[in-house]
Amino acid sequence: MSVNEKIVARVASLARLALKPEEAAPLAGELNAILGWIDQLQAVNTDAVEPMNAVMPITRDWRADEVTDGGIQADILANAPASAHGFFAVPKVIE
Amino acid sequence: MSALTRLTVARMREGLAAKRFSARELVSAHIAAVEAARPLNAFITETPDEALAAADAADAALAAGTAGALAGIPVGIKDLFATRGVQTTAASAILKGFRPPYESGVTARMKAAGVASLGKLNLDEFAMGSSNETSAFGPVVSPWRAVGSDAKLVPGGSSGGSSAAVAARIVAAATGTDTGGSIRQPAAFTGIAGIKPTYGRCSRWGIIAFASSLDQAGVLARSVEDCAILLEQMAGYDDRDSTSINAPVPHWSAMLNAKLAGLRIGIPREYRMDGMDARVAALWDEGIAWMKDAGATIVDVSLPNTAHALPTYYIVAPAEASSNLARYDGVRFGQRVLPDGGSLNDMYAATRAAGFGAEVRRRIMIGTYVLSAGYYDAYYLKAQKVRALIAQDFEKAWESCDLLLTPTAPTAAFGLGAKSADPIAMYLNDVFTVPASLAGLPAMSVPAGLDAAGLPLGLQVIGRPLDEAGVFNACLALEQRAGFTAAPVRWW
Amino acid sequence: MTDMYKDDGRKAGWIIEGRTGPWEVVLGLEVHAQVSTLSKLFSGAPTAFGGEPNAQVSLVDAGFPGMLPVLNGACVKQAVRTGLALGCTINRWSRFDRKNYFYADLPQGYQISQHQHPIVGEGAIPVTLEDGSITSVGIERIHLEQDAGKSVHDLSPTQSYVDLNRSGVALMEIVSKPDMRSPAEAGAYVATLRSILRAIGSCDGNMQEGSMRADVNVSVRRPGDGFGTRCEIKNVNSIRFIQQAISYEAQRQVEILESGGTIQQETRLFDPDRGETRSLRSKEDAHDYRYFPEPDLLPLELTPAFIEQCRASLPELPAAKKARFETALGLSPYLAAVLTADADQSRWFETLLAESARRQGRDAAAVAEKAANWMTGDLFGALNRLGLDIAHSPVSATQGAELLALLADGTLSGPLAKQVFEIMLETGEDAGAIAEARGLKQLSDSGALEAAIADVLAANPDKLAEYRSGKDKLFGFFVGQVMKASGGKANPALVNELLKAALG
Repeated sequence: MSVNEKIVARVASLARLALKPEEAAPLAGELNAILGWIDQLQAVNTDAVEPMNAVMPITRDWRADEVTDGGIQADILANAPASAHGFFAVPKVIE
Repeated sequence: MSALTRLTVARMREGLAAKRFSARELVSAHIAAVEAARPLNAFITETPDEALAAADAADAALAAGTAGALAGIPVGIKDLFATRGVQTTAASAILKGFRPPYESGVTARMKAAGVASLGKLNLDEFAMGSSNETSAFGPVVSPWRAVGSDAKLVPGGSSGGSSAAVAARIVAAATGTDTGGSIRQPAAFTGIAGIKPTYGRCSRWGIIAFASSLDQAGVLARSVEDCAILLEQMAGYDDRDSTSINAPVPHWSAMLNAKLAGLRIGIPREYRMDGMDARVAALWDEGIAWMKDAGATIVDVSLPNTAHALPTYYIVAPAEASSNLARYDGVRFGQRVLPDGGSLNDMYAATRAAGFGAEVRRRIMIGTYVLSAGYYDAYYLKAQKVRALIAQDFEKAWESCDLLLTPTAPTAAFGLGAKSADPIAMYLNDVFTVPASLAGLPAMSVPAGLDAAGLPLGLQVIGRPLDEAGVFNACLALEQRAGFTAAPVRWW
Repeated sequence: MTDMYKDDGRKAGWIIEGRTGPWEVVLGLEVHAQVSTLSKLFSGAPTAFGGEPNAQVSLVDAGFPGMLPVLNGACVKQAVRTGLALGCTINRWSRFDRKNYFYADLPQGYQISQHQHPIVGEGAIPVTLEDGSITSVGIERIHLEQDAGKSVHDLSPTQSYVDLNRSGVALMEIVSKPDMRSPAEAGAYVATLRSILRAIGSCDGNMQEGSMRADVNVSVRRPGDGFGTRCEIKNVNSIRFIQQAISYEAQRQVEILESGGTIQQETRLFDPDRGETRSLRSKEDAHDYRYFPEPDLLPLELTPAFIEQCRASLPELPAAKKARFETALGLSPYLAAVLTADADQSRWFETLLAESARRQGRDAAAVAEKAANWMTGDLFGALNRLGLDIAHSPVSATQGAELLALLADGTLSGPLAKQVFEIMLETGEDAGAIAEARGLKQLSDSGALEAAIADVLAANPDKLAEYRSGKDKLFGFFVGQVMKASGGKANPALVNELLKAALG
């Protein structure tokens, strides 16, 4: 499974990472090296193995349906790069 | 360094209780040490005023007889723990200036017990790294130097600010987080002790997530006893974290016992790898002898899937990270980069490209790729199956032994920049620590000796789930026999 | 456009006659129903509709660093109850996954949902169509997931605003099988679903407030062929719009196919103002959702005891209630259907019925029809006029029962009862009190009526003579005069009887 520049560009777009054209080729090389190394796992026989679902076999009670939070608009907005009228503000989205 | 900064936490508590010195004196000595140690770049944010206020509160509480278990103890907090009103960055440019309106579960417990926080410690960006070189705030420099050299060394990572600060005697102890070895490896590199407890022992609430199924908070300090004293205040159930374990936290520091009679110590044969550093191999053998000396029985065990642990880790951790780091989008907190006339998507891409460093971007790319359509089964699902096999290896081993003894890292600390160009060489640092992380097991590193260049090496003890007590006891037995007293010679 | 459709029954029925032959439409619905809870799926922030922007938001809902989800047990319970009410299997082991995509109103960068292992599996519900026929619509699955926040695009010329109040609100996504073949079937299915959810209280079904909305999957094919390529129309929020969207979309697809084109699988949006669907390209590139198990949550495991407890908590469902109204109460299928279509209505009716039976000392079956007719006639007429729903009726079911009892025991005549009811609607007072205070009781005192009759006969000797000479029609005149003399309150039956006797 070899990663080319086109795949790098697609993955970067999925991950919302701006990529300069000259960055794609070196990144493809790095990813291929890492993925090539990771690929050794394909040799492990896992036919009868269930994937790990929880690190520790614990159970716990569900939360009771009570209002215990909210009402902290100032805290929610305090770190926002841009806000207005109680909203977060982002560049206009055209649907 | 002053005499006060050389004390262990246990001795500090005795001194404070006996009024031999005040918390203000103790904390002030550490504040001075922190200021003097800025060449180490261990701190991202120093909070001397907060520390002094906590010290005064501790002195008042000590006088009133209401002091908490950690009253006046000067500590550092890895900058991955959210601290209310104090900049919290994960060592990333994307979070510069972020002041959380909340306090992490672990640090809230520590503060309730009276600690004086000297500030926020440097780390690899989002805890992704093994050398503390990926920080957006610059690398941390180890207080250690090889004999006859003034070349800068790495303090290990990702808790490199924590390890450097504890080893340099500028804090008594520091919080760390460990995802694949990020407490144990830096502890080993800097000649101190560090424990990652069982997954779920410490609340993850308020700790900036790297890889949720692996992240676990712990502590770095200069003795096994200090680690126990700190961890028993940090651990405990938190109903805000669904993976938090609801089990009583033992009074570990009071239970310490270096007599290991009746205990079986497993030596996993797969950890004895080809080309292993001779001094590391020899130290491991010494460790085995010390365990026997403490009364334990030595058992040869097999963990057949050990070699698969690192590739498994480098699928699971980046996959979870790629999702955990999606929230850094320039909308609600942190930095925003908006190109002129840019759309929302342009803003995301520019913000994240500028805000994340190269290693974080690399892992996001890997994680995004292994989860993407068509690759999930081959990578992520496969890795979770192998992870189950690795956990089963340990379960099988517990049938014939109670604890495992291994080296912590394959080498001593390396030079700054020595492995930056080769990600896989860097990843191999974690070969001995990652398996226990994948299985969620408690594991601890204790300093056990020096290599030929006079640099510290550590041994690792791994225990059954929730058996931190057993891990502490075995490490205490090693600590007593290793007689490790070396400390970095101040050059800063 | 409708003249192109030929409606010749169900399933095979809704056929689009194209230029090249007939086309059948295949429909599957994904209904997003907001779970009725006080707090969100994974946080303690409130779910109430409206409110200041970002004031019903916790740090968890806003995706702050280090914040973690904790599952609300009430959401689990309501999902299981819903599954049981829809005849579905309950999965004792399910799991939450992360669905990863970027959007301004998705603060974590992922939605926590149940992709691979939903809490509820397959089932089916009977759906009654307008002509009374019943069809079965299969349920594929129900899963729990978080709602996203809301982007507001029209408050600023250069910016979109984000409100996270809805972020993290619990939704049940109810996925049907592709079993529907006409807009009418789709509409009836949603109406049935809504009535069941409201009956068991797992969702308030309020479509205007967005508590229920549907993604509609539409494809067309030649009758007998395999499935065609489908388009998904997102977020349609009324039954009428669902039907309009299907009609438009099916026609659009037929036109493309008939002119030799192919259908692109895509997400579309319904524009109610124009009555058309259009492509929603902005979300197209985000289709690789990179699902993986949510590591911040444990797998969701249910005990048989918990499932039984959920089952025991279910009230009688609308279909069973309708059957009971028909068989035990003798109501017509039409009345039974009307009274069980909505949970509030059926609750109101059952109170009315029980109170009527108690007050009149009769079996429920004996009073049911009168009660049902009064409720669907007089009451619904009045509510319709006032623009109110049953939950806001100014007259309570207990008050209605008193009115019906007064009618039954002759205290009120039909016309008087209508008069009293109007006053009840205005004042909210009880029927008996109104009749008493305003003297609106029916006059059934034989002596008094006999006297009134004697007066009327005495005052109209010529009319009396005409009657006696055979002009029978004048009987009505005398009845009218007696009623008038009593101020409309005389018992008409008694007047008839006494008048006949008096006229010999």
